[in-house]
Amino acid sequence: MRFMSSLSIGQFIPGESFIHRLDPRCKIIATIILMTGLFMASGIPDFALWICLLVIFSTLSGIKLTTILRSGRPVLFLVLITVVLNLFWTPGSPLVRLGPLSVTREGLIVASSMGLRLLFLVIFAGILMMTTSPMAFSDGLERLMSPMAVLRFPTSEMAMMMTIALRFIPTLFEETDRILKAQISRGADFESGGLMRRARSFIPILVPLFVLVFQRAENLAVAMESRCYVPGAPRTRMNPLRWSGRDSSALACLSVFVLFAIFCDRYVFKIYLTWFAAQ
Amino acid sequence: MSIIADDISYTYNTGTPAESAALRGVSLTVERGEWVSIVGHTGSGKSTLAQHLNLLLTPQSGAISIDGVEVKPGSKRSREFRRRVGLVFQYPETQFFAETVRAEIEFAPSNWGSRGDVLKERVDEAVSSSGLDPLLLDKNPFTLSGGQRRRVAIASVIAMKPDYLVLDEPTAGLDATGIKELTQLLGKLRNAGLAVVQVTHDLRSALSLSDKILVLENGSCVVYGSPELVAEYLVDNPVRGLVIPPVVRFVSGLREKGIDIPLNSGLGEIIKSIEVFKGRL
Repeated sequence: MRFMSSLSIGQFIPGESFIHRLDPRCKIIATIILMTGLFMASGIPDFALWICLLVIFSTLSGIKLTTILRSGRPVLFLVLITVVLNLFWTPGSPLVRLGPLSVTREGLIVASSMGLRLLFLVIFAGILMMTTSPMAFSDGLERLMSPMAVLRFPTSEMAMMMTIALRFIPTLFEETDRILKAQISRGADFESGGLMRRARSFIPILVPLFVLVFQRAENLAVAMESRCYVPGAPRTRMNPLRWSGRDSSALACLSVFVLFAIFCDRYVFKIYLTWFAAQ
Repeated sequence: MSIIADDISYTYNTGTPAESAALRGVSLTVERGEWVSIVGHTGSGKSTLAQHLNLLLTPQSGAISIDGVEVKPGSKRSREFRRRVGLVFQYPETQFFAETVRAEIEFAPSNWGSRGDVLKERVDEAVSSSGLDPLLLDKNPFTLSGGQRRRVAIASVIAMKPDYLVLDEPTAGLDATGIKELTQLLGKLRNAGLAVVQVTHDLRSALSLSDKILVLENGSCVVYGSPELVAEYLVDNPVRGLVIPPVVRFVSGLREKGIDIPLNSGLGEIIKSIEVFKGRL
């Protein structure tokens, strides 16, 4: 039986690389730009450019390409469903027939670009999380959202909630693993029986986990109050974020790249696509 | 009849940045009716070793055999072996999920197919041998005291009739009375023929209770043998994070003065040998 790996989805990998040292705000904006770019990309050739970008990110962050690609693994199933659905249910001129189903040329194009887009979205978000510590990430997000304070939006509370949530993800994984092992050693069986029996077999995991989460929440709340935490109080920072020239230039380079990719997608690769559609 | 761990090694997260070796070539034998302590400070690999004895983890090198049968990874029989080697986790009361103490204790035996009268008998036996008040059976386990909860947790493992009982820091978080009662309970179970494997960082209780002690540091075996042997070794070669009990230090001081007594002596022996020494002066 395989237990949950302690290295969970999108975990921070400490480092001193160029990307690690960028301002978290810069990295968050960069991710948003990348995601926008991905949504505007529609052709498969365009993804060759995105792959180049992944290689560049891998070099700049000092994280192995395989580790970066692995961050897309949790959504692989979702990607597969998207691909299959689009492959068979897009109307157009059929290429291959499989009984009542047929793969169309349009379906092939839509399915591959949808699948790749989804995968890249998650991988780029993964790079952000791998190179930004949870603290820096929520700091950056808080500062980015700070204009919304005018609208009475509780930005610092939101950031605090997010920091706590992120902080407790690995802890909860560990606790789940421990409870799972404890119940297995008392003979719990999660693999046999029908759907209802299997669903019921998770009660011995879920109940202790909920109890634990509530206890932890209570303890944390007491600890915070005993250190005089006041929601939304104006706070100074030990390490204030500093936006440097490096961040501006990194963002500028990335924007140019994304614009170039969109340009290629619109004008250069279209030629290839029209050729493919004409075949 | 014994559990034999032969030269086992285990590394967590192999091939990732978080890779860490938890066990490096550790060997251990646990006979039925024996009390074995696994001693080490935090992170020495003692909990990892405990999970190997229960087959929750399988060694990446080396072998575990239980009652003469070597257990292969993914073996169909590992479920049966898991029943024979009961494992009580650290803070076992955090695994409670049932609404009554009875349902909590019924969980393990019913997972191994006990039903009806047999199940009831198992629960009653476990309750009496763990010294639990039968009146508590219909209570909610979350309303019990710390010591009582620990007893319920141990009863819930004993109810599956194991031949070996592995306990990971069984006294953690209990008060002095709780510790004393629990130690007495484990002694009783051992006398009834169960093997007790206690994982602990408390060298004092290990020295006074065990037949054999295994001391771990950074996943490697430092010393393994009888309490006398371990005490002798540790006085000469201290292990970081393991406090040598004051009594042992006192006896070792007496030996330096020329009084010839074993390092792991009890109070009576110490007094007697001091009197003999005084008589000689």
